Amino acid sequence: MEEALTLHRLHFAFTITFHYLFPQLTMGLALLILVLKTLAIRTGNEHYNRSARFWARVFGINFALGVVTGIPMEFQFGTNWAQFSRAAGGVIGQTLAMEGIFTFFLESSFLGLLLFGEKKLGPRGHWFASLMVFLGSWASGYLIVATDAWMQHPVGYTMGAQGEILLASFWGLLLNPWALWQYAHTMSGSVITASFVMAAIGAYYLLSGEHESYGRTFVRVGVIAGLVASLAQLFPTGDAQGRLVTEYQPATLAAMEGLFETQPGAPLVILGQPDVVKRKLDNPLEMPEMLSMLTYRRWGAEVRGLDSFPAKDWPDGIPVVYYSYHVMVGLGTIFVAILALAGIALWRGRLYGSRALLWTLLLSCPLPYIANTAGWITAETGRQPWLIYGLMRTAAGVSPKVSAGNAWFTLIGFMGLYMVLGILFLLLVGREIAHGPEPEAQG
Amino acid sequence: METTWFCLISLMIAVYVVLDGFDLGAGIIHLGVARTDAERRAVLASIGPVWDGNEVWLLAAGGTLYFAFPGLYAAGFSGFYLPLMIVLWLLILRGCAIEFRNHMESPVWAPFWDVVFSGASALLAVFFGAALGNVVRGVPLDASGWFFEPLWTNFRLGADAGILDWYTILVGIAAYFALTQHGALWVALRTQGELRERSRRVARWSGWGALILTLLVTWATFSIQPQVPRNFAAHPWGAVFPLLAVGGLAGVIAEVRRENADLGAFLASCAYLAGMLTSVVFGVYPYVLPACTNPAYSLTIYNASAAAYGLRVGFVWWVIGIALASGYFVFLYRHTAGRIESGGHGSH
Ligand code: HDD
Ligand code: HEM
Ligand code: HEM
Repeated sequence: MEEALTLHRLHFAFTITFHYLFPQLTMGLALLILVLKTLAIRTGNEHYNRSARFWARVFGINFALGVVTGIPMEFQFGTNWAQFSRAAGGVIGQTLAMEGIFTFFLESSFLGLLLFGEKKLGPRGHWFASLMVFLGSWASGYLIVATDAWMQHPVGYTMGAQGEILLASFWGLLLNPWALWQYAHTMSGSVITASFVMAAIGAYYLLSGEHESYGRTFVRVGVIAGLVASLAQLFPTGDAQGRLVTEYQPATLAAMEGLFETQPGAPLVILGQPDVVKRKLDNPLEMPEMLSMLTYRRWGAEVRGLDSFPAKDWPDGIPVVYYSYHVMVGLGTIFVAILALAGIALWRGRLYGSRALLWTLLLSCPLPYIANTAGWITAETGRQPWLIYGLMRTAAGVSPKVSAGNAWFTLIGFMGLYMVLGILFLLLVGREIAHGPEPEAQG
Repeated sequence: METTWFCLISLMIAVYVVLDGFDLGAGIIHLGVARTDAERRAVLASIGPVWDGNEVWLLAAGGTLYFAFPGLYAAGFSGFYLPLMIVLWLLILRGCAIEFRNHMESPVWAPFWDVVFSGASALLAVFFGAALGNVVRGVPLDASGWFFEPLWTNFRLGADAGILDWYTILVGIAAYFALTQHGALWVALRTQGELRERSRRVARWSGWGALILTLLVTWATFSIQPQVPRNFAAHPWGAVFPLLAVGGLAGVIAEVRRENADLGAFLASCAYLAGMLTSVVFGVYPYVLPACTNPAYSLTIYNASAAAYGLRVGFVWWVIGIALASGYFVFLYRHTAGRIESGGHGSH
């Protein structure tokens, strides 16, 4: 059973991590395409429509990959987590079904119109299609985040006679305070991804001297949107998430921070390697009393360390939680620095000529993907050993009759298939970038 | 409330079969009826803007099943673990084949994606049919309400049955013919010239195939699942569902001979598929997953459903959501209707 449990966890982690590579771009990009379409209508400049068409094509490829990798997610709750589904399906099935019915229909219908319907719909109709695609993908993000948030912080339920979890308040589930902040943070994270991708392609065009007018637009839109989103990522959204974790998942917080001992005036660890056996942090580089300030808004406040929880309630991957959290926060800080420099250069009119900054933007393109993935790993591994925090252990949620051998088979199958998909995806996006937007001269 | 949800989910599955059925069917006949690159692009263009939306009906039905009947979702999906995963892989391959063929426009890769598209569509039709066959035949549920079925054992019915046995394979083949016919009628409706003629020819022979297999499957079903004759005897009005299927199939066979009756023939085929599916669910009600081990272990709409409050609130948003979704569908289909010129340029 142990082996099967590990495999089911890996199975879910692998498929969801791969899936999340695509929506994090499409959700952010839906906003940026809407911005471009709005600029086109406001200024009457066809340049913005051509830019939007280019990004709609990139969006289309990502969307297709998001769809095909999303379908397995919808089914894995049943295939791999059957006991969890039987117990909690009446609750989280609500938000998952709403996602299907309210948002996937909306997105898939209007994306067809966004990609193929420009001539027939006219400028305003086409702008409207981009608005609907944006609303669809952002609503989809909300409903899935609300699903996850309920597992992090269950609300609006009562327990039934046979241990099944019954929905007691629909609005409680939908307006879970955890979901509201988690949503704000995830969405601004996906705007960061889209902004960096847009800026990187713009920088590439400027450095290569091709499609330069587009290069300037992409860099400008990317840097401005990215700067706003990465500030929002730190404050208020990241800060608020941190305080929710402090309040409701104190053991997770201790693991994220590598805090083994309960102490007043707890320091914020910048670097260091947790040693779980000896229960200490090697080579710490710390900012004294900072953690107390950030979590409780008071120097000297007491923060609970791992020692105040029984070891069976510790997340089972403390180093994973610790490192992924530090990677996310470290990258978040770097994003603000890069985008602030680029923003100042843009304001002074020097950005388009600065090879150093353009190269930095180009090379930073993968970093937001890493930060977003690390953030999810922090949240999901930090939630362990609970599947539904405080209610159900992860080990109690797996499918009872699916053997490790069967889980191996499908995990290997997904890995092979997704590797092929990943290669094809890169090829296709590479072709779109090389091909570039339509030349400016055309009407 | 449980019966209402049983009907609503059956309705969603019927809509899924009718809609995704034609693009799966178009996939099945793709290699056979479309010979040139231009013709193949025309087949793809006929489903291009709608196939993803059609597939959403499967997801939406799955999600609805999850919250209304969590017990069924959990037992069924984990018990059908392997075939379900294979279905997912086929759906992935098929979706990629459609998208990548459109984007790559390469003379080397296009035929490759055509084969993937067609092969995955055909296998999906057979698997969906076999899945339906399993639900009718029953699965080896134990006292704790779980089961696990291997892909096949000895191809016989009984307590250690696999996913594939002679009965479920029969249903799979029936589904293959039914969707071939359905897809051929769709392609005939949306294209012109040679391509349309060839599709009509396929529709004609697959219609006869569907007729023969429908008779066989009906006979087999009545003899292996006692609940089916019981339900039809207890509620004779239920005969409207099989009558719808029979009428639909007769309509297909009659209409497909006439020139300019493409729409009528396609709609008759929709009626046939909807009639077949509703007959099956009417026949097994109130079971949602009968046990072939001990009838007392069966999952019914009562022991697999969620609590009353959730079912009630769900109903409110479901009605609103489906009304909106139907609106988009009507808009999208009207917007993309019309015959496609060979060469793949639709009227959009
Ligand atoms: C571009 C991506 C990105 C960046 C730069 C950051 N985050 Fe983040 N973070 C996410 C992307 C993300 C995420 C992927 O969106 C997560 C995963 C689950 C979630 O709710 O959001 C997340 C989760 C998450 C959590 C919840 C962990 C849990 O639930 O156990 C906290 C406390 C923070 N973040 C805090 C921060 C802080 C203080 C940052 C400041 C630098 C920061 N994040 C930058
Ligand atoms: C919002 C929707 C999500 C839901 C409902 C969800 C739910 C789950 C479930 C049921 C598990 C398996 C049980 C477990 O091991 O805890 C899991 C594990 C995991 N998920 Fe998520 N997840 C979501 C989003 C994500 C995303 C977007 C990522 C990554 C990019 C992610 C990363 C992981 C990882 C790494 C694990 C394994 C954790 C471990 O076993 O230690 N999750 N999640
Ligand atoms: C276990 C969790 C998840 C499940 C069950 C799931 C399910 C799905 C499904 C079935 C699709 C295809 C929809 C279609 O056919 O149009 C999809 C796409 C999508 N998913 Fe997920 N998903 C999960 C995690 C996430 C997360 C964490 C996010 C974002 C926060 C997300 C955002 C999206 C978006 C925006 C799309 C639209 C397609 C795209 O933009 O790439 N999903 N998802």
